[in-house]
Amino acid sequence: MSNSSDTSYSALIERWHMLTGTRLFRAVVMIAGIAFCIAVDTFDFVDLYLQLILIYVGINIILTVSLNLINGYMGEFSVGHAGFMAVGAYIASILTVHVFPPNAQNLLFPLAILAGGMAAALVGFLVAIPSFKTRGDYLAIVTLAFGMIVKSILENIDAVGGPRGLLGMEKLTTLPWVFFWTALSVWVIRNLVYSNFGRGVLSIREDEIASDLMSVNTRQVKIIAFVVSSFFAGIAGGLFAHALQFINPRMFDILKSTDILIMVYLGGIASIGGSILGAVIYTILLEILRPLGIWRMVLMPLMLVLLMIYRPRGIMGMKEIRMFVPLRDFVTEKLWRQKKKEAGDASA
Amino acid sequence: MAYIFQQSLNALQLGSIYALIALGYTMVYGILTMINFAHGDLFMVGAFFCFLIAVYLHLSFVPTLLLSMLGVAFLGVVIERFAYKPLRNAPRVSAIITALGVGLFLENFTLALSPYPKHIPQLLGNTTWTLGSLSLSSLQILIIALSLVLMLILDFIVQRTKAGMAMRAISWDKTIVPLMGVSVDKIISLTFAIGTGLGGAAGVMYGLAYPIIDPYMGIMVGWKAFICAVVGGIGNIRGAMIGGFILGAVEIMVAAFLPSTYRDVVAFTLLLILLIVRPYGILGKPQPQKV
Repeated sequence: MSNSSDTSYSALIERWHMLTGTRLFRAVVMIAGIAFCIAVDTFDFVDLYLQLILIYVGINIILTVSLNLINGYMGEFSVGHAGFMAVGAYIASILTVHVFPPNAQNLLFPLAILAGGMAAALVGFLVAIPSFKTRGDYLAIVTLAFGMIVKSILENIDAVGGPRGLLGMEKLTTLPWVFFWTALSVWVIRNLVYSNFGRGVLSIREDEIASDLMSVNTRQVKIIAFVVSSFFAGIAGGLFAHALQFINPRMFDILKSTDILIMVYLGGIASIGGSILGAVIYTILLEILRPLGIWRMVLMPLMLVLLMIYRPRGIMGMKEIRMFVPLRDFVTEKLWRQKKKEAGDASA
Repeated sequence: MAYIFQQSLNALQLGSIYALIALGYTMVYGILTMINFAHGDLFMVGAFFCFLIAVYLHLSFVPTLLLSMLGVAFLGVVIERFAYKPLRNAPRVSAIITALGVGLFLENFTLALSPYPKHIPQLLGNTTWTLGSLSLSSLQILIIALSLVLMLILDFIVQRTKAGMAMRAISWDKTIVPLMGVSVDKIISLTFAIGTGLGGAAGVMYGLAYPIIDPYMGIMVGWKAFICAVVGGIGNIRGAMIGGFILGAVEIMVAAFLPSTYRDVVAFTLLLILLIVRPYGILGKPQPQKV
């Protein structure tokens, strides 16, 4: 009895996997998402508070997916992601407030965001250089110190408001834009991870020296990973600045980096689906628990500790939602599992 | 000249506090290869214990210090037992994230209980002697002397006692040591007790030197102490002491000769350069990597 229900259940999962793995399904998700965002933006049937939460969810997804490239797929421990975010936020805000003409703000907004991302990517390139020689805890220190340096430098530049911060941005971050950048970051990082380059990233996590011996250009791989990751952190920063319309250096301190780290490890390392899930759950849970006041900030870390004790790899650690796995990889893994099972049966 | 000497004294004071906290990071790392990111917040809890004891129990300095150290050490052992022990065989990052979670919990729990910054009452009469243009305060000398004494005691425990030998043995090889009849769990608990107790002592001294305390004070100081531990070579006890004094000196000297807002920029940039020159810290040895 149980056997037949088991097979029907697994058959159902099989069919779900077949369905969600198709190009058509991805296209439907994309179109539905963008249609929903545009509808919300034009007809305003969702109240503004909920819209803001959706915007934050999108920004947090960008941050989490991009940090997962370094911390999850490459296996390093970067603690300075908020620093890249700060660079993007400040560059984009300076452009929209001081450089771009006020009547063309809407048109030039994507350019500002892009410039913020580029600046963050440039800084990410600089941070990648120490990673050639140091790894593990020492690299963690490098990224940590980098985050602190960015914050202190921003506090010392009077032209961007110093510790008081920068304001005067228009509310240019709209839901469709957030959806666009989120989808772009997920798309780019997913394709990177499953490309030839992505294999190199994974091989660095598993064993750097071995991958070097197998002629992986580890320096190049590290540089690209850091640049891509910081580029998207900068994008998220630009969106964040124009959603909140106010930034100051203290928003991008260690606590912000810790937040992003928590979302990554809550969702699970080396999993894009996990990152999305982690960002969504963390952001929404924090909002749901808001009535608890300060006690929600006591409850959240407690839940994190319990999660880590009972599920040390996070919700989806090292697993992936079928939607993001290319068919080739999916089939290969399935065959591999089958083979392993047969080998296990034979030896038993 | 006197100015430089004066600033060196300040540097020694700040450096000894950093060194005491860095010791906790490095001891736990040496034994568990785990970064206890909650350590900075245990330091904060030490300062709050000092406040509670001084205000509600009206004890004098020495019992306050001892009670705070004991309290923090107890808290450290409890945290190890309930949060870190289940994760001893889990991936390393899970333990690190747990530690971050414990740290956030301590911060926000303290914040929920005491939303406003607290002022630690003066536990000691502070006399100031002036020698020419130089002024020495008894508090400053006490902090420096006391931390030196604590460090000497720690060095004695680690180098000369049986428990210390077990600690060094565990950090050398984790699998063989239990076969030699050493109870690893007890030694780990002891390490946590000593390390966090030193952090608590640092909290008390910090509270005496800078009497306004708030729940988030442990974050910055804790991360900086972690940097000290890494600069000295993480896992190396004498390295942590050296690292603490180096960072203290750099911070005070930068603040003395440049606008004080540049303190963090210059300090961290110097540390980055140091790490690029010596990637494994001052006393750390590069680990050979095998395939």
